[in-house]
Amino acid sequence: MLTLNDVQAGYGRTTILHGINVTVQKGEVVTIVGANGAGKTTTLRSIAGLVRPTAGSITFEGEPIEKLSPHEVVARGITLIPEGRQLFPFMSVRDNLRMGAYTPQARARMATTMDEVMDLFPRVREKLEQHAGSLSGGEQQMVAIARGLMARPKLLMFDEPSLGLAPIIVAQVFDVVEKIVATGVTVLIVEQNVFRTLNIADRGYVLENGEIVMTDSGEALLRDDHVRRAYLGI
Amino acid sequence: MDTFLQLVLNGLMLGGLFAIISVGLTLIFGIIRLVNFAHGELLMAGMYLTWIGTTKLGLHPYLLAPPLVLVLFVIGVAIQRFILQPLLEARDAHVQIFATVGLSTALINLALLLFGADLYATPAAHVRDPILFGPFRVVVGQLVMFGAGIAVVTGLHFFMERSFLGRAIRATAQHRAAAQLMGVDVNRIYMVTFGIGAACVGLAAALVAPVYPTSPTVGTYFVLTAFVVVVLGGMGSLHGAFIGALLIGLVDSLSGFYIAPDLKEVVIFGLFILILLLRPTGLFGLGRGSE
Ligand SMILES: Nc1ncnc2c1ncn2[C@@H]1O[C@H](COP(=O)(O)OP(=O)(O)OP(=O)(O)O)[C@@H](O)[C@H]1O
Ligand SMILES: [Mg+2]
Repeated sequence: MLTLNDVQAGYGRTTILHGINVTVQKGEVVTIVGANGAGKTTTLRSIAGLVRPTAGSITFEGEPIEKLSPHEVVARGITLIPEGRQLFPFMSVRDNLRMGAYTPQARARMATTMDEVMDLFPRVREKLEQHAGSLSGGEQQMVAIARGLMARPKLLMFDEPSLGLAPIIVAQVFDVVEKIVATGVTVLIVEQNVFRTLNIADRGYVLENGEIVMTDSGEALLRDDHVRRAYLGI
Repeated sequence: MDTFLQLVLNGLMLGGLFAIISVGLTLIFGIIRLVNFAHGELLMAGMYLTWIGTTKLGLHPYLLAPPLVLVLFVIGVAIQRFILQPLLEARDAHVQIFATVGLSTALINLALLLFGADLYATPAAHVRDPILFGPFRVVVGQLVMFGAGIAVVTGLHFFMERSFLGRAIRATAQHRAAAQLMGVDVNRIYMVTFGIGAACVGLAAALVAPVYPTSPTVGTYFVLTAFVVVVLGGMGSLHGAFIGALLIGLVDSLSGFYIAPDLKEVVIFGLFILILLLRPTGLFGLGRGSE
């Protein structure tokens, strides 16, 4: 479904990704594991069109997308739930969710999607009229995920959904991610909580200094010595 | 007492005109983060177009409002697309502001070249006819400006709050990158925003031309006042701009009578400096629609 072919990308003159290869099959849950600064966010931003690769290609459903603008990537069915939530703080939660359904395809089914998404986030339903900026960090993360779902994406990308949240909220976030995975949507996820993520992932990639150094099934990576030492602290 | 109330009435009516001009300016400022120094020259261009339409084509100035709104919208979109957007990548955001200053100068000189420095009077065509409300007297043009001001602000309010496009405009102002991730083409949003801002002065031009003579520098007077309104209302806030416009209209009208007609601008700009010193976020705080 998604293929990154020797993708190089960076900011200004600094190259961050040195030619990485990643594939995601339809229906899969794939994770990218790596230390701070390894280039995980840069990878997701390259796919989303926010960073333009300097070399290599990205194809989605057989078509090249590496030259598309972010809004065109969204229209193809790829949605990124970004690091740090990035809500529209002075808009109501409801308007944030409506923004999630901005593409014509999503807009046509907005009411239905809204009902489905609210079933997944009963707490968000209670806050619909509140300004997004006035919610707690955990609530904001739930809204960010809900907003991403409003686009009805074919491929949903998560960037650190549990970052900076209290342990009990982290557990709730993972519950939600698991529920979303259970609906069958294809997921590419980057997450600090490597143990839980590898448990729900079909496959994983290990990214170090902008290069993929290892890839295997989630279970195999959980058993791998290097992964255990470097990312699971065992 | 009747004089005072008459002045208040005049002030509010004038405020309607300031509202139309200021709302466009504050929108461009709040969404694109751009101080549009060419705003007044767009008004000037619209006024010359009104003069041409009335004197050469024999049309009523108000009849020219819809086509002017359309023409100025297109001009606004083109300015954003072909002048400002290419500069967006420039390292220094101020480059865009200088570009609007350059555009302003260019338009003034173009007007001088085409029309000279003379004042052009657009035919009043009943716009100056008085209407009496008991002891009070307004002219048709004042009433139309006031009504149009309310209509523009109300219309824009509902557009921004209720429509998908309006919501996307607000979203872009609040978090540009996140808006892109929702599928918003932010360049298009900026074009539409600049277009709407320019369309507002297109309307204002058709309304003001029959009551105020057109000259190459006519935009300066109105837009300097609009800058005061925008700062007073909290930069980027639609409602603030509306209330600010009414207040400045009142100050203009009252100080013109009670202090001296020649000093009313001194009063307005004195107020402006006072606000900047005491309450730089404007009387109504930060514009909520846009951070
Ligand atoms: N906008 C930017 N401009 C310049 N350099 C950047 C920018 N964003 C990230 N970088 C640099 O790129 C490198 C990779 O960053 P990236 O955000 O992709 O890492 P990451 O794997 O997501 O890390 P983390 O786990 O901390 O989120 C880092 O060295 C970072 O300093
Ligand atoms: Mg990151």
